[in-house]
Amino acid sequence: MAQQIFHDSEQDLAHRARWFTGRVVIYGILVFWTIVCLFPIYWTFTTSFKLAPDVMQGNMIPFVDYTPQWRGWKSLGLSPDTIGTESTVRAEFLKRFMNSAVTALCSSALAVILGSMAAYGLSRFRYRFGFMRNPDISFFFLSQLILPPVVLALPFLVLYKELALLDTRIGLILLYTLTVLPIVIWIMQDQFRSIPVELEEAALVDGLSIWGAFLTIILPIALPGMVAAFILSLVLTWNEYFFAALLTGADAKTLPVMVASQTGSQGINWWSMAALSASAIIPLIVIGIVLERYIIKGMASGAVK
Amino acid sequence: MAEEGDLLHVVTDDEITPRRAALGRLLVWGSAGIVAISFLVVWMAKQGTLGIEAENWRPVLYAYLFFGICLGLAQVVQRGEQGKRTLFVLPAVLFVIAMVIFPLIFALGIAFSDWNLSSPDGRKFNGWDNIRQMWGDPFYWNALKNMVYYTLAILVEYAIAFGLALILASEIRARKFFRVAFLMPLMLSPVAVSWMVGKSMMEIRFGPLARLARELGWDNPSFFGSPEVARFMIMAMDAWTFIPFMMIMLLAGLQAIPRELNEAAEVDGAGKWRSFWEVTFPLMLPVSITAILIRIIFKLKLADIIINVTAGGPGGATDSVTSFIFREYRDRSNVGYGTLLAIVYLVLIVIAITVFMKAVDRWMNPRY
Repeated sequence: MAQQIFHDSEQDLAHRARWFTGRVVIYGILVFWTIVCLFPIYWTFTTSFKLAPDVMQGNMIPFVDYTPQWRGWKSLGLSPDTIGTESTVRAEFLKRFMNSAVTALCSSALAVILGSMAAYGLSRFRYRFGFMRNPDISFFFLSQLILPPVVLALPFLVLYKELALLDTRIGLILLYTLTVLPIVIWIMQDQFRSIPVELEEAALVDGLSIWGAFLTIILPIALPGMVAAFILSLVLTWNEYFFAALLTGADAKTLPVMVASQTGSQGINWWSMAALSASAIIPLIVIGIVLERYIIKGMASGAVK
Repeated sequence: MAEEGDLLHVVTDDEITPRRAALGRLLVWGSAGIVAISFLVVWMAKQGTLGIEAENWRPVLYAYLFFGICLGLAQVVQRGEQGKRTLFVLPAVLFVIAMVIFPLIFALGIAFSDWNLSSPDGRKFNGWDNIRQMWGDPFYWNALKNMVYYTLAILVEYAIAFGLALILASEIRARKFFRVAFLMPLMLSPVAVSWMVGKSMMEIRFGPLARLARELGWDNPSFFGSPEVARFMIMAMDAWTFIPFMMIMLLAGLQAIPRELNEAAEVDGAGKWRSFWEVTFPLMLPVSITAILIRIIFKLKLADIIINVTAGGPGGATDSVTSFIFREYRDRSNVGYGTLLAIVYLVLIVIAITVFMKAVDRWMNPRY
């Protein structure tokens, strides 16, 4: 006789149902937002494999709605059948890609070096430059954040022209370093504050100089913070458009400027546009997936005190 | 806060002889002199009084670099161990002075002049003309008004970001996947986004968003036709890229709240809703304000998307100050007027942010 003796009371069952609907709503929101976040990326990649009719009909799913073609990538000289041959378009693309890579990497590295040193000094020693004390110097650096780029853009245009730095990578690197320096200093100050001073005291007692202690003891400990600052700077500088559009021309033009100037005489070639956009965002997507931990750490460091 | 003395205190036994001190002073003043001389030489060469041709101002740049190095050396020579500490901050300070302070002073100079880069006349000082022109420029005021709208949109972004952060902080499966997915928009280049989303996905004939809008009953979707809709679309795209940023900051804040507090509230009989408003939200206020402040700062730089998608249209309805100045320069290549507009913008920002921070400070630490 298999009759159930104990039953869940009506109340408990209601609770269960409510819990269940709660879950459905939560996962519904999560899935919806994931689609919102990822669909544009999906659209970019699939469009780069479309032909004109596919674009016009708004076909969405590859292999079902349409057969993927290498058309878009061919126009960049990056499809399988053109990759071995000479291609002026690819040379142009690679030049822009290298410009972006070099400026982003160099300026982030420079900002991390300058910023870490300054942040370390500010977190350990008391300075006096004239009337400026430590909090003032700190504020002096961080206040650069509110400076909108447009204020500096036109003066720099003139200054760079006079200094023959217009349309050079060096010029861009210097400016980009400036734009990310406050963020780096912010992250690194937070990082150094969390490292106990006793570590250096021990190192100094053991006979290291201050710079020796900084380079051999503190930097390795602060490395995660530096990586976070570096990645965040990389994201910002790789995507920068405004300065690059104003200050570069034939030589130092970066990838975002190239993307923005893709309008042909017969409208836009969506497939090549998509291929170009895709190759501009691939590096950062890879970084985002692989180094997500550090990006989150970098952004969170200011939040929790 | 304002404690005296170094956090890392070390007793040093530097004996600075008078000769060492003198050498240090010589280094500083000598290299400063070189900067001044190089400046003078190039200036005179530009004027044509020296008979030599000066191609550009590069020598002054090199002289400044040299001055920086000498200043650093002099610190060590003059002040020994103390000087070595200054070396930590000095490079960054010199860099920022060269890249911000000097250009800002220079900007003040060109703001009051009529300087068309493409005309051979060069710079002409024109006093208050630029300000008078600005006063009567409806497009500039319109751009400023738009910036207010764009900034107000941050409140909506904040609400969405907070909601997402709450969900991510609760017990869900595949949290890491969702976190990476939600982070993605931040990584993408705004230019690529504005082309692929703004121009391709919102293309009236075949864009998937336009088709979706038609399915939902909007017969003739035009995303950038009317001023209100266009402005909303720009806001939405900008929000799309920056919501992850606020979300991550808020998530970090949420995870730093001790679990016991919410448990205690639950034991005391507070429901989910109440414990959110009376425990979580007040604790999140400092983080929220930091996140909103940083977001405002980034929002004030908004330009890439507008320049690429609408170029300010229709009729300047979507212009931000930055994109307006960008076009102003592109169309007329007048550096002077653009710089004046930018400087006025900077002054307004500084005032607004100071007021905002003071107000927040008052509100968070009330003085009775």
